[in-house]
Amino acid sequence: MIEPLLSLDGLTKSYGAVVACNGAGLQIAPGEAHAVIGPNGAGKTTLIGMVAGELRPDSGWIKFAGRDITRLPVQDRPALGLARSFQITSVFPRFSALDNVALAVQAQAGGNFGSWRDARQDADLRAPALACLERVGLGARAEIPARVLAHGEQRQLELAMVLASKPRLVLLDEPTAGMGREDSARMVALLAGLRGEVAMLLVEHDMDAVFALAERISVMLGGRVIATGTPAEIRADVQVRRAYLGEDGAEPC
Amino acid sequence: MSVPPYRAVLFAGLAFALALPLLAGVLGLDYAVGIATRILILALAGIGLNLILGFGGMVSFGHAAFFGLGAYTVAILSHHDMTGEAFATWPFEIGGTVAAILAWPLAMAVCALAALVIGAISLRTGGLSFIMITLAFAQMLFFFFVSLETYGGDDGLSLLARSSAGPLDLHDPAQFYFLVLAIVLLALAVTARWSRARFGLALQGIRDNERRMRALGFATTRTKLAAFVISGAIVGLAGALMANHTEFVSPSFLSWQRSGEILAIVVLGGLGTVFGPVVGAVVFFVLEEVLSQWTQHWMIVFGPLLVLAVLFAKQGLWGLAAQKLARHD
Amino acid sequence: MLLILEQVLNGLQLGVMLFLLAAGLTLVLGIMNLVNLAHGSLYMVGAFIAASAAQWTGSFLLGLLIALPAAALVGIAVEVIALRNLYERDHLDQVLATFGLILFFNEAVAMIWGPRALFIDPPSWLSGAVEILPGVPYPAFRLAILGIGLAVAGFLYWLVARTRLGMTIRAGASNREMAGALGIDIKRLYTLVFGLGAMLAALAGVMAGPIYAVEAGMGEQILIPAFVVVVIGGIGSIRGALAGAVLVGIADTLGRAFLPGIIGAFLGPAAASGAGAALASMAIYILMAAVLIWRPRGLFPAHG
Repeated sequence: MIEPLLSLDGLTKSYGAVVACNGAGLQIAPGEAHAVIGPNGAGKTTLIGMVAGELRPDSGWIKFAGRDITRLPVQDRPALGLARSFQITSVFPRFSALDNVALAVQAQAGGNFGSWRDARQDADLRAPALACLERVGLGARAEIPARVLAHGEQRQLELAMVLASKPRLVLLDEPTAGMGREDSARMVALLAGLRGEVAMLLVEHDMDAVFALAERISVMLGGRVIATGTPAEIRADVQVRRAYLGEDGAEPC
Repeated sequence: MSVPPYRAVLFAGLAFALALPLLAGVLGLDYAVGIATRILILALAGIGLNLILGFGGMVSFGHAAFFGLGAYTVAILSHHDMTGEAFATWPFEIGGTVAAILAWPLAMAVCALAALVIGAISLRTGGLSFIMITLAFAQMLFFFFVSLETYGGDDGLSLLARSSAGPLDLHDPAQFYFLVLAIVLLALAVTARWSRARFGLALQGIRDNERRMRALGFATTRTKLAAFVISGAIVGLAGALMANHTEFVSPSFLSWQRSGEILAIVVLGGLGTVFGPVVGAVVFFVLEEVLSQWTQHWMIVFGPLLVLAVLFAKQGLWGLAAQKLARHD
Repeated sequence: MLLILEQVLNGLQLGVMLFLLAAGLTLVLGIMNLVNLAHGSLYMVGAFIAASAAQWTGSFLLGLLIALPAAALVGIAVEVIALRNLYERDHLDQVLATFGLILFFNEAVAMIWGPRALFIDPPSWLSGAVEILPGVPYPAFRLAILGIGLAVAGFLYWLVARTRLGMTIRAGASNREMAGALGIDIKRLYTLVFGLGAMLAALAGVMAGPIYAVEAGMGEQILIPAFVVVVIGGIGSIRGALAGAVLVGIADTLGRAFLPGIIGAFLGPAAASGAGAALASMAIYILMAAVLIWRPRGLFPAHG
């Protein structure tokens, strides 16, 4: 196998007596779309939190692009090419859609202090931001305040902000959460378009989306990764079926 | 050619400010120049606080600390200039001075340094703890100056004279007024520019969602600390001007009521608006002036007014006005 | 050694008074998420009403019995008229609005009772001294404060931890909607908690009467240390408020009693009155900064 872009090994995190993550590990190759599934409380969100740097693991390590980033602060991770989107839509409501993405570009450019120029007239920020908005299909909505955008559009905006930081790996925490069928399909199509270009670590409850997008899937249960494989392998895996998919035949929400 | 109402109001305000000493002279209201100077100085303090409160969402309840520190810096330097004793003999001799060109930037530097220390500790917390720890630092400095017998302690310290500023005579009310006005205009221009530059946008992003900003890769604590330091320095300059205006400083410059006043000025005017603090300061003092002529117990009216303003005029007066005016643009 | 014992008792007594205020503050903060700067005003109102009532009836106890419900009523009125509308607002709005209330109350008290300070005489049976150790007298009234304060602390602990009302309060604190769904009348609960806090503040105010001056502005002199207590203890925690109050009370009292002497011994008498006194009055704020550097959420963080 090629050198993985991200590898997690033995990640453990507990809150008091509750062990949310218990020695979880997985590897993602450059450009790979990788989904993590599992019932509620399996430790998926904790895992994402640790990779993003918001939670500090009790033990285990995280390697990204050959570098140990286990203890690297959140704000230093995007510069390495590690970006995340949030489960709860987390845009800047008072700013326009374009302002939102321009902030992400600005973060990527670094250096907030030197410039006296009006940042809203700054082509170095605006042009790449607009390109990202167009890529997610929001080009025509650039000047609309983010709070006015529909829920689905806000999720698209999230994605544009993530793309603006030129990531090599995107952490997607339930990208289709709370979306209708149509919005959901549009988001899946957008994400599918990124495959091969950007690696994705995806946590998702919508199994249709997972099987449509992921090249490989890891199943979490009780804070551990109990199986990893292609969608076909996961469908066929007896352990997974018994532990998770098989219980009542439907995906748990 | 038509001028948009928003601009028209600003130009009218500026014209009035420029003409005020002349008007006051003609109308025989010479004391008005002093009042206007005082209003402008508090507006400057408001502009400083607004930078972190309005644009950065940091509720500091201790900004009077910087106001007082700035004022005391000027007063203590002037005191040593009068007595001829050195302020410090180690590591090198530092004497007193009354030169504005030395004392005022020094006041700002002292406040910037204090803000760096206070900010570095306070910004580790958030929410109520931040409000209280900034208040605690202001109280510390308040009691420090109360016990500082060398410089008057509780009784305060009188300045023998206002600062000297080259060809300007700051004892002339109009000249002092114009100097303060120029400084306020400069501060407004800087705020207007800054709030739209990368730094200002980053600060506003942090105010609205700090967690998201960190996830985007912003070093949010450093940005907030930088704003806190600049804010402290501006408020310190306001304090230095106030020491010159009243020719007297006392620990009450650092009292928590003063911190509350500056907060009220910013919020009354309109949080995170460039001109809000000026409007807030004008309204605050006109109210004080009007109410205190009516009754010596003017606070009993002012207090409930403040409550009503918070409950029903959330955007502040300039915030409301700017919105109305923009609609006609 | 005996001096130290006496000062420690003084510190505990100040701590107990601070606790009575901090308990109300921290309950209101933890449950309603409201920063109430005007809490000190209720302390002041309690003291003034007690001073008048005691003078009028000639009895300290009657003064106390009149002041407590009266202050609770004032507190409830303030909650219903003004503060109720602030629960959903941010801390900044709450700070400003309650700052406005302080201005109002200080001026109102000055108008009603005049600018001069009042004093309350302690009841005669508490005006003497008690020998706490053979040959060591200590004012009985201060001991009584200590006893009452500790009893109130015990009562509050019992109320919050063991009773149905306490369970309701805790349910309301952890989840508003949930409590509402369980059929708890949140509005009435809040008003009740506020009245309780007001009564505790007034109790502190009445007990302060014989020791400190009863005057306009007295509320803020104790309010700010009480907030220091709340922040040190951890917002919303009664246990934290008690621990913080004792810490702050002792640090403040011992600091004032001994720091000037200690500094003077090293640096001479001039430094004792200057640096020593300055450090002593800054002690509690330095303590708070130190605690927050060590534990940014206070000693006993209440939630998560």
